[in-house]
Amino acid sequence: MEMMNEDPGALIPELALLGAAVLGLLAGSWLPRRRQWLIAALAGLAFVAGIVATALAYTRPAETVFGSYAIDPTTNATRLIVLVATLLAVGASVDAARGQRRETEYWVLLLLGALGSVLMAGATDLLLLFAAFLLASIPLYALVGWSATSTGTEGAMKYYLSGAFAGVTMITGVTLLNAAGRGTAYVPLRENLTAAAAGGRSMPALAAVGLVAVLAGLAFKAGAVPAQFWVPDVSDGAPAPVAGIVTTIPKIGALVAVYRLLTQAIPEHAIDWPLIVAILAAASMSLGNLAAFLQTSVQRLLGYSAISQVGYVLMAAAVAARTPQAGPALLLYLAAYAITNLGAFAVAAAVTTPEGPARTVNDYRGLARRRPVLAGALVVCLLGLVGTPPTAVFLGKLAVFTAAVDGGMAWLTVLAIVNTVASLFYYLRWIAPLFTTPAPTAGPSENHGLRRRWASGVAVVAALTTLIIGVGAQALLGLLTTVP
Amino acid sequence: MLSLIVFLPAAVAVVLAPLPARLPGHVFVGAWIAAALADLALIVTAWVRLPAAGVGPGGFAFEVRLPWIPSVGISYHLGVDGLSLPLLAMTAVLFLACGVFALRETRRVKPFVLFFLALQTVSLGLFAALDLILFFLFFDLSIVFMYFVIAGWGHAERARSAALKFFLYTFLGSLALLLGFILLFLAATPHTFDIVELAAANPLAAGGPYAALTLLAIGVGLAVKTPTVPFHTWLPPAHTEAPATGSAILAGVLLKMGTYGFVRIAMPLLPTSWRQYALVVLVVGAVSVVYGALVALAQANLKRMVAYTSINHMGYVLVGIGAAGLVAAGDAQARTLATTGALVQMVSHGLITGALFLLAGVLYDRGRTYELDSYSGLAARTPRFAALFAVAAFASLGLPGFSGFIAEFQIFTGSLPAAPIPVAIAVTGILVTAALFLVALQRLFLGPLRLPDAPGTPRAFTDLRAAELVAIAPLLALATLIGLAPRFLLELVEPAAAAVNTLVAR
Repeated sequence: MEMMNEDPGALIPELALLGAAVLGLLAGSWLPRRRQWLIAALAGLAFVAGIVATALAYTRPAETVFGSYAIDPTTNATRLIVLVATLLAVGASVDAARGQRRETEYWVLLLLGALGSVLMAGATDLLLLFAAFLLASIPLYALVGWSATSTGTEGAMKYYLSGAFAGVTMITGVTLLNAAGRGTAYVPLRENLTAAAAGGRSMPALAAVGLVAVLAGLAFKAGAVPAQFWVPDVSDGAPAPVAGIVTTIPKIGALVAVYRLLTQAIPEHAIDWPLIVAILAAASMSLGNLAAFLQTSVQRLLGYSAISQVGYVLMAAAVAARTPQAGPALLLYLAAYAITNLGAFAVAAAVTTPEGPARTVNDYRGLARRRPVLAGALVVCLLGLVGTPPTAVFLGKLAVFTAAVDGGMAWLTVLAIVNTVASLFYYLRWIAPLFTTPAPTAGPSENHGLRRRWASGVAVVAALTTLIIGVGAQALLGLLTTVP
Repeated sequence: MLSLIVFLPAAVAVVLAPLPARLPGHVFVGAWIAAALADLALIVTAWVRLPAAGVGPGGFAFEVRLPWIPSVGISYHLGVDGLSLPLLAMTAVLFLACGVFALRETRRVKPFVLFFLALQTVSLGLFAALDLILFFLFFDLSIVFMYFVIAGWGHAERARSAALKFFLYTFLGSLALLLGFILLFLAATPHTFDIVELAAANPLAAGGPYAALTLLAIGVGLAVKTPTVPFHTWLPPAHTEAPATGSAILAGVLLKMGTYGFVRIAMPLLPTSWRQYALVVLVVGAVSVVYGALVALAQANLKRMVAYTSINHMGYVLVGIGAAGLVAAGDAQARTLATTGALVQMVSHGLITGALFLLAGVLYDRGRTYELDSYSGLAARTPRFAALFAVAAFASLGLPGFSGFIAEFQIFTGSLPAAPIPVAIAVTGILVTAALFLVALQRLFLGPLRLPDAPGTPRAFTDLRAAELVAIAPLLALATLIGLAPRFLLELVEPAAAAVNTLVAR
């Protein structure tokens, strides 16, 4: 047996998040409420430290530490995406969380959730993957219920119950794969499955059921079919920043985990997983879009849009073994989606009506006149989610579509195109009211003591970032194309 | 130089954006007119200097090529030749005319001007783009900005649904186009989105189903934008509900993006498949010609009528470029004639239909309706309006002496040997257009005076004002100039058309 690499120095970004979470929890217990913003600063510092550490280690050769955690370009790219996205989420959350009774808990839960997402992406062992799944899930259940409103609690309950069911399904899948492949680590699993298939001793049904069950668990985190039922309720019930977090952060880790699992552990000739994933992709994008059509609540609309967006990412996963373009395409799409989606949720967090946060598309009437910059940011983010150039998601879509066609799944690309056009319909239902005159009841709307400067700032930063990535994509693509 | 031409309007928009919207509208419109004038001057300079640039057939002048996303073969690549320069000039002229016309705009002038400046940049950029992704970028953004113009300054609540239909329909077309581009990209080795490299490499020279599917995707994408029958249903409502300037740009410039795409992308990059399916293109064109003319004849709404004649006119373009692909039948000279005619038709239609839509806007401004039945005997009350409208109508129906005649004559002469029967059917379209314009002229201007007295028509029914006259008359003067002395245009277009035909015939 080779020497196990146990270099904790390779895990600085993860340790920074963990350290900040522990320290924050301890310090937060003693800090008075008006000083709890220090924990937010600590969390922000941890994310920045993680980004710096990742950047410094970016060119290091790929390695596996502690026998089950790969630190390769894929993990590094995921770390960057998750950390930058969570940093944006911190900014979008400040207005909502500051001065609240449980402010410390908010930041600690966010830190732990982000950590779980990163760990899922790097795991090369089914058991570690499951542990990371739990770490990415449990803090976020609590975060959804954090506001303690009735809709938030209902959302948390639904999230928790779906999550518990998904967890049980996933651990069953791990057991079945272990039985079929005699191992939980990806490398031996692949070897054993290949050998079994070659020797005619394979149990394809067993392995296939196991794989589908594991994928179902990851689909829960990603908000994809067949475990998407929680997404609209949670994203509608939770405060906007929290909704943005749960539909974005865990998705990144889960989808990279799907990619890693499929390419590293499951030989394509043993199980026809490209077809399975393609069906999941097709179902996600179509169901999400169809359900989003008639929504009037903006957060519910974004929830369904999140389901459909996962479908596009899964297209890249479906052709993961067939074309070298799949990996970079998947990461590029995730990076673009994370920033754009958080930008849209930040706008939802920033816009208020006299009665409180704006919830329906009608609450956005006349926003272009009241707050032109914020309305502009929203238009950029929503058209970005559609995939209009020159935004980041356009390049993501271009990369994903190219990969899918190259991987022999042109039919999936055609379906994605039809879905993209359909999605334009409901995004426009949100954009159109911005330019109408406000409803008479709305009145002089911006003076209800809720300026929400942080959320507005994050929305603008996100919109600008998606444009900058769209125009200057070469730099980002350079980071991502190192992925094998 | 080309980058300056393309991005000058956008730069002006960026400068205007921080100004408060309370400023008088003339500040913004004035800046727009100045930008359009400067842009036109630059394009005229480019036109004059083009022979000195010493570009051979098939080459590009004023080329700019910078790496954009080199790892996936995307570059910022601009250049002009005889195909694109006339369209650039036409675009600049039309935007200038719309700027002058918009001096009378009073509703939210600042965003209105910003959207038009943005539209001008994407339109010029599209005609100068030599990279498929850059082309797609401008193609898509033209849809986005036009959506906001129609929805924001259209005629009523109906404008929103018309704008939505426009956006959804043409966006579907643009994504089909994107699929075609991806197929082209994957077919080339090394993978690239560069139009010049793809034309030289001719990756799909072997034809076959893959090439046919690529042409289908690109063809559908462009056909929606053009639009041809049966993809035209978005056009009439969009035109009817759009403001006059929006209609003029939509018909004059945005429709050309579709036909220009055929000449710039579909023909040189997919020559084998183009030859294979050229008859389909020609027949679709002929059907559009006849169908557009007949439906236009049945319209009682002036703007819808002009919108349907656009379908008819774009049909001629397709007939011309379809004939260019029928290599076996016609000789090279005839095919070049047909392609040249198609290109002249694009310029001619831009000028004439732009003028017609602005005139329709004048009519709406006075009478608050486009219904032909509401008006009668206007010639006595508004002689200048009547004269200009008559000139535009005669130019549009292809009377000799106007640019439309030069274009249609070349198209028919060039394509008749290649496909006599469809072309003969298409010629009847001219008869129908002539009939419908004469009927419209008769209903509007002759007979006893009758004006709409519906609510919302408080003003006196005045003749053309100075700004309107200054906006519309030069468009028709240019159309007449091309009709009487076309050499300056043909000398530019013919070599480029011949180069495209060489690429198609290889």
